[in-house]
Amino acid sequence: MRFMLLFSRQGKLRLQKWYLATSDKERKKMVRELMQVVLARKPKMCSFLEWRDLKVVYKRYASLYFCCAIEGQDNELITLELIHRYVELLDKYFGSVCELDIIFNFEKAYFILDEFLMGGDVQDTSKKSVLKAIEQADLLQEVRVRDKGALNRSFFFFPGVFPFFKTHTHTQSLCC
Amino acid sequence: APVIAAYRRPRERRPAEARARPGADATAIMPAVSKGDGMRGLAVFISDIRNCKSKEAEIKRINKELANIRSKFKGDKALDGYSKKKYVCKLLFIFLLGHDIDFGHMEAVNLLSSNKYTEKQIGYLFISVLVNSNSELIRLINNAIKNDLASRNPTFMCLALHCIANVGSREMGEAFAADIPRILVAGDSMDSVKQSAALCLLRLYKASPDLVPMGEWTARVVHLLNDQHMGVVTAAVSLITCLCKKNPDDFKTCVSLAVSRLSRIVSSASTDLQDYTYYFVPAPWLSVKLLRLLQCYPPPEDAAVKGRLVECLETVLNKAQEPPKSKKVQHSNAKNAILFETISLIIHYDSEPNLLVRACNQLGQFLQHRETNLRYLALESMCTLASSEFSHEAVKTHIDTVINALKTERDVSVRQRAADLLYAMCDRSNAKQIVSEMLRYLETADYAIREEIVLKVAILAEKYAVDYSWYVDTILNLIRIAGDYVSEEVWYRVLQIVTNRDDVQGYAAKTVFEALQAPACHENMVKVGGYILGEFGNLIAGDPRSSPPVQFSLLHSKFHLCSVATRALLLSTYIKFINLFPETKATIQGVLRAGSQLRNADVELQQRAVEYLTLSSVASTDVLATVLEEMPPFPERESSILAKLKRKKGPGAGSALDDSRRDPSSHDINGGVEPTPSTVSTPSPSADLLGLRAAPPPAAPPAPSGAGNLLVDVFSDSPAAQPGLGPSPEEAFLRFVCRNNGVLFENQLLQIGVKSEFRQNLGRMYLFYGNKTSVQFQNFSPTVVHPGDLQTHILSAWPSPAPPGLPVDGGAQVQQVLNIECLRDFLTPPLLSVRFRYGGAPQSLTLKLPVTINKFFQPTEMAAQDFFQRWKQLSLPQQEAQKIFKANHPMDAEVTKAKLLGFGSALLDNVDPNPENFVGAGIIQTKALQVGCLLRLEPNAQAQMYRLTLRTSKEPVSRHLCELLAQQF
Repeated sequence: MRFMLLFSRQGKLRLQKWYLATSDKERKKMVRELMQVVLARKPKMCSFLEWRDLKVVYKRYASLYFCCAIEGQDNELITLELIHRYVELLDKYFGSVCELDIIFNFEKAYFILDEFLMGGDVQDTSKKSVLKAIEQADLLQEVRVRDKGALNRSFFFFPGVFPFFKTHTHTQSLCC
Repeated sequence: APVIAAYRRPRERRPAEARARPGADATAIMPAVSKGDGMRGLAVFISDIRNCKSKEAEIKRINKELANIRSKFKGDKALDGYSKKKYVCKLLFIFLLGHDIDFGHMEAVNLLSSNKYTEKQIGYLFISVLVNSNSELIRLINNAIKNDLASRNPTFMCLALHCIANVGSREMGEAFAADIPRILVAGDSMDSVKQSAALCLLRLYKASPDLVPMGEWTARVVHLLNDQHMGVVTAAVSLITCLCKKNPDDFKTCVSLAVSRLSRIVSSASTDLQDYTYYFVPAPWLSVKLLRLLQCYPPPEDAAVKGRLVECLETVLNKAQEPPKSKKVQHSNAKNAILFETISLIIHYDSEPNLLVRACNQLGQFLQHRETNLRYLALESMCTLASSEFSHEAVKTHIDTVINALKTERDVSVRQRAADLLYAMCDRSNAKQIVSEMLRYLETADYAIREEIVLKVAILAEKYAVDYSWYVDTILNLIRIAGDYVSEEVWYRVLQIVTNRDDVQGYAAKTVFEALQAPACHENMVKVGGYILGEFGNLIAGDPRSSPPVQFSLLHSKFHLCSVATRALLLSTYIKFINLFPETKATIQGVLRAGSQLRNADVELQQRAVEYLTLSSVASTDVLATVLEEMPPFPERESSILAKLKRKKGPGAGSALDDSRRDPSSHDINGGVEPTPSTVSTPSPSADLLGLRAAPPPAAPPAPSGAGNLLVDVFSDSPAAQPGLGPSPEEAFLRFVCRNNGVLFENQLLQIGVKSEFRQNLGRMYLFYGNKTSVQFQNFSPTVVHPGDLQTHILSAWPSPAPPGLPVDGGAQVQQVLNIECLRDFLTPPLLSVRFRYGGAPQSLTLKLPVTINKFFQPTEMAAQDFFQRWKQLSLPQQEAQKIFKANHPMDAEVTKAKLLGFGSALLDNVDPNPENFVGAGIIQTKALQVGCLLRLEPNAQAQMYRLTLRTSKEPVSRHLCELLAQQF
């Protein structure tokens, strides 16, 4: 796989992972171009398309598009399921994951992806193994967090700071 | 179960219904943010950013935060790990929003040496995303990685390996490429570490293969295929698949191991593999990877292994017919992913007719599946099946479904696949149907793919034309339906074919005449019409409805609406008319004489009008007839349309064209034009259509660009055209293909000798210029010119002892040295242009320097098995070039051998089962890339013919080498 992108229906990039050295300028150009192509496609269309010299496999989950660019020889269907497995991993970790989880915990989304894929290849397809690795990290962390309650409380200090909630799109669960 | 419980916990912390129910109070949802380690400041910052109403507000907020972080990092108070982590994470967030970050790297590097996992993790994430090639920093990062790799703490080791893989830079490769294989095969490495090490090594190998040393560890890597842990196997297969492509022999044993692993998975029950079962499909990722690995090798030679593998493949095909174990799309996708990979392997082997036909039937079912994805993949996969002789017929049976797909699919990418497949399945038997369907589709086709469809139709029409009137009709239809998308190559080609085939000329003239009657016709139609009527209008002049004046006024009625280029072409048609139909002379001279022509603002039009007018007034009928004679046949070359399609589409595009093996009878029409001896003195091997431009057409230059001074050329003697002694320059040039020393040119005045040597991608050439006369040459200046884009391909400089412009005494010889570097593969040789004055008269000549791509060959020895395997790997149709030709010299095996060695490749004995044949291998070394070449020459003494086949990893190289070498025998 060459790269993976997560972006919203509004064209906001939520996660990007590049498996081949690409300059920052080129990345931005590719992201812009590919988002445009994918967002223009209609719901019932095929999940695969040829783009530049690559094959693009994408799938939409609620408000988020998951988009992988693979090479000529790579298997499209298994890539589609690779996306699904990643969504399942996110879902299992966050508990019915939604776009908001990925926005606020972007680093976790990266960690989970890293446990699942490395250099663009599947490292382990077992949900258990991947989550175990992440869980270990969290366990190490639990000890460290000084006041868990503070986290919950913190948001009550900012009532109504999320006007976008009126659109609900970001809270829609990705998995149904 | 405890694991699952652990992950339920966070969810319980927030009211589940609040997330599910739209419009729930925002605050109720906040705990979403607290998952794992909460960094409160980060969450607040992110929500601030999200609250910004404008881009300006966002930038303001970010700048404020950056200032804050900067002051914290610079402050006197030492930051604790948590704060450092939080700020680094904020910087990362800002970077991912698309803003530039120019500080914080050092703090991130500091985090790497923290012994708190999450701090280390954030540090590594920052480094992976924002790596900076600052060498000082890289050294520190490498140091931290080194410590973690040595820590024996598997989680830390994995983090370090991930970082190496994510960055993947050469510096990191240099630092760690030697260590990772050790970690990978060490007996005490944890499974998770092995997995990471395998993929990390793969990433480094892809980035810089030279840094990864092969060694005894390779054998142990192969045995990871037997590992207990499925995750380890999954990671290892990816690594092996990549490594074995360059070193197939070292990894040969992986074939039988992969087969047995695959067989165990395929025959396991859907629950056997526990967590590696995905929606009732056992280990789909691993299966796909194993099948892909097997595609790196030819079919197993061991009968038992092969039997087991065939059994696996059959099982997969059988399972496709079983009812699904789940209605979920994930189940069928995973199952079909394996199925498609299995079919790819069957196609790769291309040796089991039974399996190929079964695969084809299976794909046929998918063609009508309700899932768009499956229809798309089936169309794509069938394209490759169509090129196998075993399944070509089976693919053809689906023609109606495919045509229907072309008409009814709602997604353009699927329609495009359908068009590709129709192109691939086309042969003599169905060409008319397919071409007419594609033409019909063209009327409504998406703009994005019209040009490609036009090219495909043009190629199929030419290739499978049984009668050429059908071909002409088809191309004219193309222009009519999609004139804007008909490129020069396409309409040039129809002119070439009509010019070369006299049986179709009358029909073509009649058809274009009719087509031009349309009130609005495309400019390309005017071009084709103008050219054809100018050449062959006389063939229909007998009919009063298309008498010469009618033809002329029809063409001239379009004249004013056309572009300059077309008007220039029409002017040439008019002067040809004056020759063909003397009765139109007065009218046409009137047109040429009109102020709008003679004083046209466009210099090309004005020149043509003036010259044609003068020519028609001063030249006698005989001279006119000679100058304006019918165009000579065009020399045959590869269809430039095909070349264009290949350029557009890349690999696979030409597949339908290389079907001579399944349809030998197609050979006679193949090129559409009988081969004719070249009338051009120095044919350019470049594939653009150009006989038109390269051949000196007497007076009707149909390609106006760059043809401005053609008339001048016709009437003046070229000074360089003095007859030489001995072989013509072209013959002399060809002699140098297989040798490095000799006489390149000789005439009464001058002799040019060459001595050259080549090593790798470098060469040195000594040129000796001998003055054969007793008189001094003045201003003797030999220069090297690079036509076209050659400059970028060959670099040369000459510290010459005789700087250009010096005199050369009678009887003396001067020497010039050229240093040559081959930058990348090239087709046209550089030119040597020699100018001097002899007895006051300027002399000039231009020669091709004997630098051809084969000079940079490095012979490669290999065993028969390797040869065939590589041969098989270069099996894409465009990688192969083949020529069957008559022997021009006595067929002597020793001479042939010497020529092949001179050509540069190694000669391999005991490879070809037929000892009469010659087989060779070599690598062309250029600065930019290496091109592996395999060749096979099959002499047929009885027929006095040869068949020469070249396979290289680069398409133009195959063709070019084939052409060069074929001229040697």
